[in-house]
Amino acid sequence: MTELLVGTKKGLFRLEGHAPGAFEVTARAFAGQSVEYAMRDPRTGRYLASVTSWFYGPKIWVTDDPAGEWEQASGVELPESGEASLARLWVIVPGVGDGELYAGGDPGPLFKSTDGGLSWELNRGLWEHPTRGDWQPGNGGLCLHTIVPWPGDPQKLLVAISAVGVWLTEDGGDTWRIANDGIVPRYLPDEARATATMNHCVHDVRRSPSQPERLFMQFHDGVYRSDNGGSTWVDIGTDTDLPSDFGFPIVVDPADPDSAFVIPLIGAEDRTTPGGSVKVWETRDAGASWSPRGDGLPEQHAYLTVLREAFDSAGEGNGLQLYFGATSGDVFGSGDGGATWGTVAEHLAPVYSVRAA
Amino acid sequence: MAQVMLRAPLSELCGGRHHEVNGGTVRDVLVELERTHPPIAGWVLDEQRRIREHVNVFVNGTQGEEQTPVAPDDQVHVLPAITGG
Repeated sequence: MTELLVGTKKGLFRLEGHAPGAFEVTARAFAGQSVEYAMRDPRTGRYLASVTSWFYGPKIWVTDDPAGEWEQASGVELPESGEASLARLWVIVPGVGDGELYAGGDPGPLFKSTDGGLSWELNRGLWEHPTRGDWQPGNGGLCLHTIVPWPGDPQKLLVAISAVGVWLTEDGGDTWRIANDGIVPRYLPDEARATATMNHCVHDVRRSPSQPERLFMQFHDGVYRSDNGGSTWVDIGTDTDLPSDFGFPIVVDPADPDSAFVIPLIGAEDRTTPGGSVKVWETRDAGASWSPRGDGLPEQHAYLTVLREAFDSAGEGNGLQLYFGATSGDVFGSGDGGATWGTVAEHLAPVYSVRAA
Repeated sequence: MAQVMLRAPLSELCGGRHHEVNGGTVRDVLVELERTHPPIAGWVLDEQRRIREHVNVFVNGTQGEEQTPVAPDDQVHVLPAITGG
């Protein structure tokens, strides 16, 4: 039995079942509110959700039972002494140390909890970075949407902000450096690309847990790999069989450091699945080649948009499961690493996030 | 003291619909309400103590802003904006 937490425009849904069969909806919370992200901390079993009320702003909520009562976390706010107010929380990620979690949001804050998500504190090193005044928002706002810990080392962390780029810390967040070397922002004029250091619209980054220096990135218009922990990046999307190198999420097989999965969209103006056919594309050679995987996915007149946080995996290797949701309100799943797929839920609200608990 | 009227979910956070609150302006009243009822902090006012975009505050039936004066016994209603199309 796999548990999926699906954040949607109209609340959180917990789904349970076996891919590729249909899942059962076993809980719904935050009806009518935007649930940008929900996850279950595997260390404690606690559920955390980032919820934005249209009226009352963004909050983080925690519970041990998603069908029961939720408790509002404290400290998820920006300094009163500034001009900014928190617009949205994009992501919540378990850290490495006991009780550590990180959350990111708009306009670019990184929050840290050391008590399992009940209370949070703003990371001042990044928030007060001297370059902050030069940061520009992407289409989704100035969003810190990707947080990637380094297994076993709580001092190392990668975060990504649109449309700024990748940031690395090796001292637990006291100091940060930009790490966009090798990424080509083709949406900028040719003459601006060489000098642009932090105009980079990263969409998602995943680390291979078995080889932590290996990372894969879905960029705004490109797919990249890093073999040195994110210091530099190499293009693995251009001149390949990928129908588009635009997309939002990227996923890896934890057992295979040469693996990555993307869901190409015709971008950036259309942002739907190419030709109305839904395909997940897989590499097993670190990006040298890509193959479509889609048996069981819609093949005709299916113009889906799959957002940044709406693709995830469970298990690994021969037991790899893949799940993604679309703004159509459908959720698809594969229990065999992407070879065959089924619709695990349909007619939900537009899907913002999918996480396998 | 101003007579502050809340609707759900704010009334649930504050333990009731009706509250008597000190303050000379709408902002003062809402800040005092946050001080005496911490669960509501961040719900009506953002970090910069601005009324959230989709929350309306009425003083004696007239829509107010942060600096709108509030006199003792004024009726202050806090409610979600009608944001339909």
